[in-house]
Amino acid sequence: MANADCIVIQGSNMAECHPVGYQWVAEAKARGAKVIHVDPRFTRTSAVADKHIPIRAGSDVVLLGALINYVISHDLWFKEYVSAYTNAATLVHADYRDAEDLGGLFSGFDPETGAYDPSSWSYAEEGGDTIDEPGPGTEHGSDASDRAAGHQFGSGGPPLEHAKVQRDETLQDPRTVFQIVKRHYARYTPEMVQQMCGITTEDFEYMARAITENSGRDRTTCFAYAVGWTQHTLGTQFIRAAAILQLLLGNMGRPGGGIMALRGHASIQGSSDIPTLFNLLPGYLPMPSAGRHDTFREFVEAIGSKKQKGFWAEADAYAISLLKAWWGDAATKENDWAYDYLPRLNGPHGTYQTVMSMLEDKVEGYFVLGQNPAVGSSNGRMQRMGMSHLKWLVVRDLNLIESATWWKDGPEIESGELRTEDIETEVFFMPAATHVEKAGSFTQTQRLLQWRHQAVAPPGQCQSELQFFFLLGQKIREKLAGSTDERDRPLLDLTWDYPVDEHGDPEPEAVLAEINGRHLTGPDAGKPLSAYTELRADGSTSSGCWIYTGVYADGVNHAANRKPGQEQGPVAPEWGWAWPANRRVLYNRASADPAGKPWSERKKYVWWDQEKGQWVGDDVPDFPIDRAPGSRPDPELGGSAALAGDDPFIMQADGKGWLFAPKGLVDGPLPTHYEPQESPVSNALYPQQQNPGRMTYGRKDNLSAPSGGSPGADIYPYVFTTYRLTEHHTAGGMSRWLPYLSELQPEMFCEVSPELAAERGLEPFGWATIISARSAIEAKVLVTDRMTPLTVAGHTVHQIGLPYHWGVGTNAIVSGDAANDLLGVTLDPNVQIQESKAASCDIRPGRRPRGADLLALVAEYQARAGITPETGNARITDPGSGSTLED
Amino acid sequence: MGQLSGPTDPAVDAHWEQHESRKGFFTDTSICIGCKACEVACKEWNHNPGDGNLELLGSSYDNTGALGASTWRHVAFVEQGQERIKEARETGRALVSLGMPKFGPPSQPDLASADTTPPDTADFRWLMSSDVCKHCTHAGCLDVCPTGALFRTEFGTVVVQDDVCNGCGTCVAGCPFGVIERRSDGTAMVASERKEQHTDHPDIPNVGVAQKCTLCYDRLVDDETPACAKACPTTSIKFGDHDTMVETARERVAELHAQGLTEARLYGANELDGVGGTGSVFLLLDEPEVYGLPPDPRVPTADLPQMYRRAGMAVAGMVAAAAFAFLGGKA
Repeated sequence: MANADCIVIQGSNMAECHPVGYQWVAEAKARGAKVIHVDPRFTRTSAVADKHIPIRAGSDVVLLGALINYVISHDLWFKEYVSAYTNAATLVHADYRDAEDLGGLFSGFDPETGAYDPSSWSYAEEGGDTIDEPGPGTEHGSDASDRAAGHQFGSGGPPLEHAKVQRDETLQDPRTVFQIVKRHYARYTPEMVQQMCGITTEDFEYMARAITENSGRDRTTCFAYAVGWTQHTLGTQFIRAAAILQLLLGNMGRPGGGIMALRGHASIQGSSDIPTLFNLLPGYLPMPSAGRHDTFREFVEAIGSKKQKGFWAEADAYAISLLKAWWGDAATKENDWAYDYLPRLNGPHGTYQTVMSMLEDKVEGYFVLGQNPAVGSSNGRMQRMGMSHLKWLVVRDLNLIESATWWKDGPEIESGELRTEDIETEVFFMPAATHVEKAGSFTQTQRLLQWRHQAVAPPGQCQSELQFFFLLGQKIREKLAGSTDERDRPLLDLTWDYPVDEHGDPEPEAVLAEINGRHLTGPDAGKPLSAYTELRADGSTSSGCWIYTGVYADGVNHAANRKPGQEQGPVAPEWGWAWPANRRVLYNRASADPAGKPWSERKKYVWWDQEKGQWVGDDVPDFPIDRAPGSRPDPELGGSAALAGDDPFIMQADGKGWLFAPKGLVDGPLPTHYEPQESPVSNALYPQQQNPGRMTYGRKDNLSAPSGGSPGADIYPYVFTTYRLTEHHTAGGMSRWLPYLSELQPEMFCEVSPELAAERGLEPFGWATIISARSAIEAKVLVTDRMTPLTVAGHTVHQIGLPYHWGVGTNAIVSGDAANDLLGVTLDPNVQIQESKAASCDIRPGRRPRGADLLALVAEYQARAGITPETGNARITDPGSGSTLED
Repeated sequence: MGQLSGPTDPAVDAHWEQHESRKGFFTDTSICIGCKACEVACKEWNHNPGDGNLELLGSSYDNTGALGASTWRHVAFVEQGQERIKEARETGRALVSLGMPKFGPPSQPDLASADTTPPDTADFRWLMSSDVCKHCTHAGCLDVCPTGALFRTEFGTVVVQDDVCNGCGTCVAGCPFGVIERRSDGTAMVASERKEQHTDHPDIPNVGVAQKCTLCYDRLVDDETPACAKACPTTSIKFGDHDTMVETARERVAELHAQGLTEARLYGANELDGVGGTGSVFLLLDEPEVYGLPPDPRVPTADLPQMYRRAGMAVAGMVAAAAFAFLGGKA
C-alpha cells in the first residue's frame, strides 16, 4: 500500500479498526498519495484522508458500477493490460441473458429453489457447447449456497473442465466479456449514483478522476475494504465489482495496486487458510459434500481439472498430502488415502443454521472458542435462546463473557423469557491463555505469517488452544481405545503425537512443521518440504496445508524471521513468511507487460531477464520461473504447463483475470445492485428489489421490516449500520474487562446527525431507544456533524451509527445493550455472511422499557408495520407485473 | 540556581557535568489517527491506574478529558466546520507573514508564489492531538518545588522522585500548562457494585504524590524509546534529540504550508517564549486554545528577578518612608 499513488478506502474504517496497518496508508500519503474514504460516517479514517465521500450504506455496487462505466465510456481502461491479462476477449455462451434484459435477474433463475442454474453463464466452447465445471458438472446455486461454496476460492478461481476458450481479440463481438460488461453497466451513471448513493456528481467526478489519473503504466491505485463490504446480502459482489474496476485499470499484480481485504483480528486470514469454517479444509480445499463428492476421484476432479490451466490442476497432490498429514500410514492408495474418514456435508451447517437447529433441539453440545456470540452475532436473542436449548456448553475465553453468563444475567432473564432455574444447559468455563502466554503464528491481511513467542507461562489453569485440543483428543482416543467400530477409526488412526514441554503444552513448532509437510519416502524421507510444487499425488509427501508449504523449509521456522525493514529492501522478504512461497504480491507477473518488460521504471517489480531466461525482480516471481513471455504451450497439456507467457493469473482455470465470472458465483456473473434486505429506498435500477439469491430465514424470531415503498416501511424509517471503535475489540471479550480500554470508551452510544436529533428530539449525551423488527436497545446519543443526512431519490435518508462492543451482563467493567440484538439473519448466498452493515430502525428519546414492556414495545412496532414472517422475504419483486412470489 | 528565562540548554543549566543531548517529542497532530495507543501504552508501562469515571465525557471521542496525575498522554478530539477551518488557515498564514521567530526553516518557500490551493476536505474536519508534559526549558514545577523532588535529568527532562515528594502541591500551581497533579486514590477501576469481583487489582501507587510524564526516564537510561512514541502507529509521536525534533517540526510545517495547509503551526518551538521553549514540541492545525493549550504559557518563576526587584524597591521605599516618617517626625 505504501507504493500506491491513490488509495480508496471503502467499506472499511481502516485508521480506527486497523491502526497498525494504517501506517502504510500514512506512508503512502507522506509520499504524495491521495487518500479517499467512502463511508456512511465521517470517521477517524476520514479525518486523515484527503477526501471523505458519504454514501448510503449498502449502495456501493451502484458507485463501483458507475466507476466501471466511467472507465469504459471515457476510454480510460488500460488496453494492453486488459486485452492480454483478463478474460475481456473471451466469448460467453449464446444462451446468456443479462440482468439488464430480465429486470434484474440473470438467465437461469429457478423460481422453485429460488436460486440460479448458472450453466448459461459459461464460456462458449467451440461447436456451440459450454465450458462446464469438471467432474459432476455445474453445481446448482442452491446447493452451492448451502455449502457456501464461495469460500473455497480464497486462493484462486473456480475450476473449468478445460481452458480452450474462444476469444475475439478485437473485443467487438457482442458476446465478448468486454461488451457484456460494457452493456451491463451502461445505466450505472453519475446521476444514478446521486439518486441511489446520495453522492453528488462533483464528488463522483473527483473520485473517478482520482482513480483514473492514478492508474496506468506509471501509477497505481489500491482499494482497501473490510466488513463494510462483506457483511451484506450481496457482499461477495461488492468485492467482485472492485475487482472488475481494478482489472480494467490494470492495478492487479502490481506494486501499490490490488484490493486489500483488511482482516479484523490478528489471525482471521489464518483461520480461513487453516479454517475454522464448516465447509473448508486447509488450503481452500472444500469439505466434501454428500452426493457431489462421494468418491475421492469425484472430489479432486471437482476442485480442479487436469485439463484446466494453472496450479489448481494439482489438487489431487494437495488433497492426498493433507490426508497423509492427518492419517499417516493409515492413508493408503488402496483406501483412497482415507478419504472416507472425512465427514460429508449434507446441508448448510453454518453458525446461524446451527443455532436454528439448537432451537429445534437438534444440537446437544456447543464449543464457544474465541468468540462471544451472545453479543457479537446477529440476532443476539436467537443466539442466547438457542444456547438455552443445549445440554452442554463449553466456553473457552479470557474472561467470563456474556456467552458464558447469559443464563443468569442475559437480556432474556430480565425480560422474563428465560428463567435461570428452568435452563438445563450445563455450562463449562475453561480459562484460556492469552496471546502472550502461548507461542504460535498469526497470519495477517497480507498473508504474512508472523511467529509469536511466549512471553510468560499462562496463570493458574489457563491453557493454550493447542494444549486444550491435544488433551481433549487424547482423552477421546483413550475412551475409544480398543473399539472395533468402523466409525471410530478416523479418531483412532489420527496422527496425534506432538512433543510437549514441561507444562504439557505441545511444541507449536512441531505443528508448524506438520503443516509445512515432509518427504515421506525416498532419500529425503522425514525432511521438510521447501515448496508446494514438491507435493505429489502418490502418497510420498505430507502437508497439513499446501499453501503454507515452505514456511518450515530446511527445518527453519521462517515465520519467525525478524530482519528489520531498514536492513533489507522495500519488499522485506526476510520479515515473516508470506504464503504462497514467501511471495508478497500475488500474480506479480502482471507487473510486467506482455513482452515481460516492466510497465514503467517507476512501477518496476518483476520482469523477464532474457539473458538468464527467467523471471527476476524484487519479489518471488508468481509464474513458472522459466516460462518465456511469448510462450504459447498447447492448452491440452493442462496445469501449470499449459500457462501461456501472458497468463499471469496462475490460479485461474484460464490464466486470466475475470471481469465476468462464468463460474463460482451463485447470484450472478456480474455485480448488480440490489437493495439490502431492509431498506427505506426502492431499487431504481431494476424492479428486483433485493438480491434474489440471498438466503432468507422468515421466522417469528427473525422478522424483517418492510422495504422500499411497501406498506409499513415508514415505521422503521432510518438506516442503521454497525461498526467498531479503536478502543474496543469486537464483542468486547478482550477489551471490556480491561480498565485502560474500558475508560476510553465506557458507554454504548449511537451517532446521529444534528438534523435527525432535531427531528426526533434527541438530547446530546442523553438516552435514546433504537427499535428494529427484532429488538430494541438503548444508547447514549452522540450528536455530530460527522453524520450526514443524504438525499436519496428525492428523500432525506438518515443513517444511525451503532458500535457493537457492549453486551448485557454483570461481569465486565463496562456493559451496555448490544447493537447486534437489533440485526436479523439474512445471508449472502456465496459465503453465508450476515447482512449487518445496513438495516432499518426507528429511534426515539429516552431509555428503553424494562422487563416484559420491552417485548411489548417491539411487538407494537411489528404490529403497526404489519410484519409477518414472509415480510421482506419475497424472492422476486416485480411491481410491474403485480405478481409476488413468496419464498 | 540557574537561568530563569530565555534560551539555554537545561541540562547544562542544571549543572550536569556530563550530560546527554536534550531529548524530547515532536507530536505531529496532522497525522494523528486518534487511536489512543499512546494513552494505553503510557499507562501500561508506568503502571498508572485507570482514572476515568466510566461515563461518556460528552466531548466527541475524548473520554479522558485532560492530563493528570494518572494520565500522562491525552488525545483531544475537536470537530470543526468550514468557518473555523478558514479562520485557522488565516491565523496560520498570519503567523508566517508576521515572521514569527524560528517558524519556518531558513530556506522558507515564498508562499506568495507557491501553489497554496486549499486541500479537498474543507467543509468539515476532526482534529486529533496527543498532549503530554512539555518538559519546559524553564520548568515552573521544578523551579517552585521546595523539597527537590522534581529534578532535571541528564536528558534535559523534568522528573518527579516519588520517594522524595511530600505532596505539598506547590508544583501544581507552578505549571503553566496544568500538567502536574497530585494523585488521589482515584476512582475505582470498576463500578462500585462489582467491586468484590475485582479485588485482585493492585493498590494504586504513589497516592498523594505529585505525578506526571517522566518522558520514560527508566527507558531513556536503557536507550529505549518512550512507550507512547514506540506505540504510535503513524509516527505522529516522534522521539529524539530535541534539536532534531524542532528541525523536523519546522520542515513539516513548511511542507504543509506548501500544500496550502497554512493552518499548520508549531507550538513550543520558540525558545524566546515564556518557558524558554518546550522539550515536547507540537505541530497544531489551529490555535492552541482549540486543543486546550495555553496560547502564551509563561513560567511563573520567569518573573522572579523582577518580582524581587520590585519587592526590593518596595522594601526600600517602605524603609525610606519609615525613615522619612521618623526623620520627618523629628523635624
